[in-house]
Amino acid sequence: MAAQQEGMEVLGRRGERAPLGVRMYKGTVTFLRRKPLGAAGALIILFMIVLALAAPLIAGDPNEWNLSDNFLAPSAQYWMGTNDVGQDIWAQIVNGARVSLYVGILSVAFGSGSGGILGLASAYYGGKVDVVMQRIMDALMSIPTLILALAIMAALGGSVNNVVLAIGIVQIPRANRIVRSQALAVKESEFALAARSIGAGDMRIMLQHIMPQCVAPWLIIASAGLGTAIISEASLSFLGMGVPPTTPTWGGMLSQRGREYFALAPQMAIFPGIAISLAVYGFNLFGDALRDVLDPRLRGT
Amino acid sequence: MLQYTLRRLFLGLLTALLVSVIVFVILRIAPGDVVDVILGGEDAFYSQETEELLREQLGLNKPLYEQYFIFMYDFVRLDWGESLVDSKPIWPQIQQKLPITLQLAIMTVALAVFFGIPVGVIMALRQDSWLDYFLRIVSLGGLSIPSFWTGTMIILIGTLYFNWSPRLEYVSPWADPRGNFIMFLWPALATGWVSQATKARMMRSTMLEVLRQDYIRTAHAKGLRYMVVVYRHAMKNALLPVVTIIGITVALTVGGSVIMETIFLLPGMGSFLVYSLSRWDYPAVQTLVLFFAGWIVVTNLLVDLSYGWLDPRVRYD
Repeated sequence: MAAQQEGMEVLGRRGERAPLGVRMYKGTVTFLRRKPLGAAGALIILFMIVLALAAPLIAGDPNEWNLSDNFLAPSAQYWMGTNDVGQDIWAQIVNGARVSLYVGILSVAFGSGSGGILGLASAYYGGKVDVVMQRIMDALMSIPTLILALAIMAALGGSVNNVVLAIGIVQIPRANRIVRSQALAVKESEFALAARSIGAGDMRIMLQHIMPQCVAPWLIIASAGLGTAIISEASLSFLGMGVPPTTPTWGGMLSQRGREYFALAPQMAIFPGIAISLAVYGFNLFGDALRDVLDPRLRGT
Repeated sequence: MLQYTLRRLFLGLLTALLVSVIVFVILRIAPGDVVDVILGGEDAFYSQETEELLREQLGLNKPLYEQYFIFMYDFVRLDWGESLVDSKPIWPQIQQKLPITLQLAIMTVALAVFFGIPVGVIMALRQDSWLDYFLRIVSLGGLSIPSFWTGTMIILIGTLYFNWSPRLEYVSPWADPRGNFIMFLWPALATGWVSQATKARMMRSTMLEVLRQDYIRTAHAKGLRYMVVVYRHAMKNALLPVVTIIGITVALTVGGSVIMETIFLLPGMGSFLVYSLSRWDYPAVQTLVLFFAGWIVVTNLLVDLSYGWLDPRVRYD
């Protein structure tokens, strides 16, 4: 029990004694033991990442079509069946995982990352900077997320990196808000004042003294954003406003193009949906467990 | 209270103004152009003069800031103009499509609250039992399954096993209440299932927090019946954060309507927006997005005002 608590401390705050590698190892082991559901989530994500990375080895070309093989039910050769033009659904699913994970992880890194930094600056400088930035965040939050992403995609045109940008921008306000409110409280704390009184510069106070205190709430928001980002990517592709249709994506497989054939070949609708749900479920399980560990207020609930 | 409301309304107007600028800028930096669409797609052949003439007719040759002011001036006067592509006036179209989106939103939220809150309370009262675990896994599943897949599967199962498919034309509730209800029930279930999960999870965690309070123990100790404590003492206090989430859901259903209306062929605001967006129909898109933003601003204000009604300790100043 004592060892476990020590482990949780390591996860929650910055420990001083043990070297980083040891701390991370200890933290991970404790996390897996205390949060079996979170560990299951991590396992699902890991599984998906391996599939995505190994895509060229475990599946054929997703775009190769063969009209004589269309609408085949799952079999030994095509074990998720084929679609209307005879493409291998398994190959499309595995390659779709690449797009989903790439977009999910990068858009959260970009959106929550820049949102967090802006929130930190907003809280630290206060005054006019804060007022202007928070009004802009208000405006961004008043446009329904999917509609904002759609508009940005319409402006930028369809490509994988533009999807990352569009979904990332949508996530900026949330990270901004959460980091700002935490930073506002920390800014007034005694150690921040002490740092200022010994003559530390703005950057030093922000990055070394305030930022570490904001990491936990930021991580909670960022991890919750991963699942949403994957659903958003799928929604954009579903509406035909995401990644160009030549790249197989889970959302694109469910889009209007194949819709009329779903009754004829249900595998075309079933497998991409399961893939999206499984990936998002994994991220949600993991994010939930991370929140429980990082948020002291919720510990035990 | 009045002062607070007025200040919030002012901030809301400011937000809407910023939204209009953001949308305007996003649409105008786009590589696509409404002129191409009107003249028959990017590959169509037309002379430079025709293009310039059309631009002049539509007022698109003026500087951007001037176009913006003209748009805002007309918008404020409630002169919402007409679509650039098919010249249909926008306001009558909104009048026609808004009830559809509203009905879908109301039914979604009603389903979500009706199932979400009781499920959340049950989970909290039976914390860590198998029922709690089961419901938690199911509700997290609700969050993870995208609503457009749920919608797709509803239609797929309907066509495969029940010889059912969504009707192609819209029926008004006055003409055929039953047909109308069934038409909206499935899309509302597909989205309501997701928002049910967020309500239930929020309700569970706030209930757990409230149930640990001293006054709950006092209420039990003085011999009140179990359900009275749950209803009158615990639930009323646990509802506050859930109301926020309900407000967010009302706002979210607007975005979700884009997808549900596409799948279930409902001619509402969402499908109108996607249609206009794909044709670079500037006035229609700008008006619709501003409309949605106004919806969200008003919802947020109502949520904040409802705090005072739910929790007498909240004071507005």
